[in-house]
Amino acid sequence: MITLSINKKTYNVDVDPETPLLWVLRDELGLVGTKYGCGLAQCGACTVHLNGEAVRSCVTKVSRAVGQEVVTIEGLSEKGDHPVQKAWLEIDVAQCGYCQTGQIMSAVVLLKANKNPTDADIDAAMAGNICRCGTYLRIRDAIKLAAQIERKEA
Amino acid sequence: MKKYIIVLAGIVTIVALLSFSLKDQPISDANDSFHKDSIASVNAFKDVYKVLISPRCMNCHPSGDVPLQGDDSHLHTMLPQRGKDGKGINSMKCGNCHQATPMEGLNQPPAHPDWHLPPADMKMVFEGKTPGQLAKQLVNPKTNGGKTMKQLMEHADDGLVKIGWDMGEGRTAPPISHAEFKKAWIRWIETGAYAPKDK
Repeated sequence: MITLSINKKTYNVDVDPETPLLWVLRDELGLVGTKYGCGLAQCGACTVHLNGEAVRSCVTKVSRAVGQEVVTIEGLSEKGDHPVQKAWLEIDVAQCGYCQTGQIMSAVVLLKANKNPTDADIDAAMAGNICRCGTYLRIRDAIKLAAQIERKEA
Repeated sequence: MKKYIIVLAGIVTIVALLSFSLKDQPISDANDSFHKDSIASVNAFKDVYKVLISPRCMNCHPSGDVPLQGDDSHLHTMLPQRGKDGKGINSMKCGNCHQATPMEGLNQPPAHPDWHLPPADMKMVFEGKTPGQLAKQLVNPKTNGGKTMKQLMEHADDGLVKIGWDMGEGRTAPPISHAEFKKAWIRWIETGAYAPKDK
């Protein structure tokens, strides 16, 4: 049995320690907001926070998460009102939406480190999250808006 | 006649010393306890160099701030940045994808608990370096991460060095084994850590 802390809740799961964290989230715990894209850490769709870092859960063995704090899109805010989520809705970023969970989780980590990112900062930080619909320009706008919202709320 | 022989011997000695100093250069005096041998040292470095310049080593010692990837040493997809400490930047840390232990399968990210590039203030570039340039860089504490000769020798067994021979499916290993590399590395240092003269 493996004990995990996810979105401030404790879960016990009976899985092989080598199982990717993504499969535990989706198949064992029903936290399906995190998406499977490539399975090789090449696309960013599966990004979750592990102790605040934007890890790729498809290549992260669940054993790495034991004793650590995991946050998924479901736990990012209580009412879906994290500044990045608000900005995403305001700018209407999503097209098909499949990659957006990963995009948002990466954007949150960027904004923790950089309260006022430039286009170049955003491009460098978000290069690991691919969007097949090409919403990159709206993602940039939404990250800048989220930074403004965070400054106002601070 | 005796005078003539002494003068001739002197000339021969000077010529020998000159040719020695022009050919291969001892780089450090930190290993005086070892028997210096420029020929053996330079020969050993041939093996060292071909490992260090192989993709498994050079890809994380790039000339720019983006690591290289693959047997063709292309820029790493997603263009992750070096960052100040060599471990990436905010949402693009090396450890976000490079795990402590690898997942099985082709093209999975290679793994080590402390995956990183050299830090921004000491980039320790291998890419594009000639044998002479790289040898000099490796023994200078100002360009080798502050390592003494002893620490340099021990570095052959560093975990991140050894992982070069265990990078997972689809990645060609360095041209000689780790044991052969370590032997050449130590021999190069013990015989004087000479830098080959670049042509």
